[in-house]
Amino acid sequence: MSPRVTFPNKILPYLLIAPQLVIVGIFFYWPASQALYQSVLREDPFGLRSTFVGLANFRRVLAEPNYINALQNTAVFSIAVAFVAMSIALLLAVMADKIIRGRGIYRTMLIWPYAIAPAIAGMVWLFMFNPAMGTFAYMLRSSGYQWDPLLRGDQAMVLVIAAAAWKQISYNFLFFVAGLQAIPKTLIEAAAIDGAGETKRFWTIIFPLLAPTTFFLLVINTTYAFFDTFGIIHAVTGGGPGKATETLVYKVYNDGFVNLILGDSAAQSVILMVIVIALTAIQFRYVEKKVHYG
Amino acid sequence: MKTQGFAAGLAATFTVLSTSAAFAVTEIQWWHAMTGANNEVVETLSKEFNESQSDYKVVPVFKGTYPETLNAGIAAFRANQSPHIIQVFDVGTGVMMAAEGAVKPVAEVLSMGGGEFNKDEYLPGIVAYYSKPDGTMLSFPYNSSSPILYYNKDIFEKAGLDTENPPKTWPEVFEAAKKIKESGAASCGLTSTWLTWIGLENFAAWNNLQYGTQENGLAGTDVELKINEGLFVTHFQNLADLAKDDTFRYGGRTSEAKQLFLSGECAILTESSGGLGDVLKSGLNYGLGQLPYYPEAEGAPQNTIPGGASLWVFGGHEDAEYEGVAAFFNFLSQTEIQERLHQVSGYLPVTLAAYEATKASGFYDENPGREIPITQMMGKAPTENSRGVRLVNLPQVRDIENEEFEKMLAGEQTAQQALDNAVERGNAAIQQAIGN
Repeated sequence: MSPRVTFPNKILPYLLIAPQLVIVGIFFYWPASQALYQSVLREDPFGLRSTFVGLANFRRVLAEPNYINALQNTAVFSIAVAFVAMSIALLLAVMADKIIRGRGIYRTMLIWPYAIAPAIAGMVWLFMFNPAMGTFAYMLRSSGYQWDPLLRGDQAMVLVIAAAAWKQISYNFLFFVAGLQAIPKTLIEAAAIDGAGETKRFWTIIFPLLAPTTFFLLVINTTYAFFDTFGIIHAVTGGGPGKATETLVYKVYNDGFVNLILGDSAAQSVILMVIVIALTAIQFRYVEKKVHYG
Repeated sequence: MKTQGFAAGLAATFTVLSTSAAFAVTEIQWWHAMTGANNEVVETLSKEFNESQSDYKVVPVFKGTYPETLNAGIAAFRANQSPHIIQVFDVGTGVMMAAEGAVKPVAEVLSMGGGEFNKDEYLPGIVAYYSKPDGTMLSFPYNSSSPILYYNKDIFEKAGLDTENPPKTWPEVFEAAKKIKESGAASCGLTSTWLTWIGLENFAAWNNLQYGTQENGLAGTDVELKINEGLFVTHFQNLADLAKDDTFRYGGRTSEAKQLFLSGECAILTESSGGLGDVLKSGLNYGLGQLPYYPEAEGAPQNTIPGGASLWVFGGHEDAEYEGVAAFFNFLSQTEIQERLHQVSGYLPVTLAAYEATKASGFYDENPGREIPITQMMGKAPTENSRGVRLVNLPQVRDIENEEFEKMLAGEQTAQQALDNAVERGNAAIQQAIGN
């Protein structure tokens, strides 16, 4: 049997991928080219007057202290979300893998939060921890802890990280469970016979063999933290207090859609695009080399 | 990239919507941002108008929050698919005014409908806010509100305060708040929604202080902020001091603090009169008072400035459609309609006749306090400081102010530092926005 599927018809394969190409074209290449174009213009919100300003928008954006602040926030936020979401998911996956009775129920329940839209996930956490109405906020306050994410930037950051990570745990869990199932039981049993304890087995056999999954999830989680968490931040903190939870994506939105400075906003999305392309390239180029594909 | 895709999606949605609009009846698209009870009012008004005649059909479309609606309108305009009428919130006024050529002044639209537009029929404070310096009314005031003081009578009684006479000045309010906190009648004495709109823009007008140069932006766009001196600093330092032990509690940048009042955590609230609906619904034993002022301010209390939203008409449509818009605005101006809007929502009536009719009906006698937002706004002829605040990028300037306030309330800086930073950053943002 040939490992490659071949089509006798020359046109059919193109037809089959055409819908995907159209979608990518309309929803990625076209808007991205618009962003590139707008990033060198200076325009009023209605597009009545526009002037070509070259790279002035980029210069201004990069010189802005708030942009550096957003960059730092994004770094802290993305690393924390990826780390928390992946480590908890791995722990849960290893636990769920051991359970024999009721396995399906546990798994279903752990996958559940993934079906929730980011904005709703944000609202759920907001309802629990908002100082004005949250039950947990009330409990924290009455236990003497000064809980006020509306004014304290560090607490607001913790809150959005928790909400964003919580939502992503399910997705990571799903992949880790699948990854765990792909590890041959014989290897683990052999190690057990050789006298390796549970922790030792995990770190020397399971964890290295999960590396492809972990690497894949690292890429996915970073992109998730960069882009898909907008709804959560928008619902929970709106980038505040001060600018403590304003990430790069949130700043693009805020400058473009609230402050209506389209040129700056477009310049920022172009920079963001470059950052993400670079990050993904680095991840594939260097991290992947160390990944053991079994 | 994300936002670009979003804009494209919006434009695509609108194309789908507008293709179904070619019928014998002229359709008028009305984009708005009203939710809950206020959304029902929008639906009812459109329905009533459509049933009252057969030439035009107003189609209300909910477009999200105020900023979202404005952005949807702008995106649609750029795609040559603008609606006829769009509801724009007060701070978006400067943005719309700067877009000459994109909007059609309401005064012009109304005269196209055959009717004569008579400015004197409308409340002067509101008309002035939505007019060009030369007096041309640019947008149609739909829902206008004014900030007032709400207080919880049960908590006042527990703290041994006068339940019938709320404090009138800020020093009195602070005293009352401290007493409430110390007596344990409530966990927080005072809170406020919209620190920017109430604490700066209305604070300036009500205490007859200058917010910015160029008559607060009404006389020109090249504005320098003046909010880092005198009573502004005193006021915010007072709030920052009270925030240390929770006597004043911050709720958020917009109307979140209302929740703190409704839940009984905070005893005194300054908030828009438009928030009355929720207070009524909560069944709280509440009282209303005037917005507090500082007795040392010369001429205080002066007058407050309107908040809320107005209806703007986009340019580039057919004459027949503008006639329909004019007919709809005339319908909205009718005394019965305005009277009803005012009484169910807490928003102000926009015509004098509706105000007089409400007064004559005895509504204010039965509902004490409901006249306060109007008398506050109309009590005195406005000065250069109290006609309103208009900046081409007021939403952005408010964001900057809020950020500095949050750092101040978190104890990271004093009121003087916060306001100095707000002025410096705000002025830079204004200069960028006007293209310097």
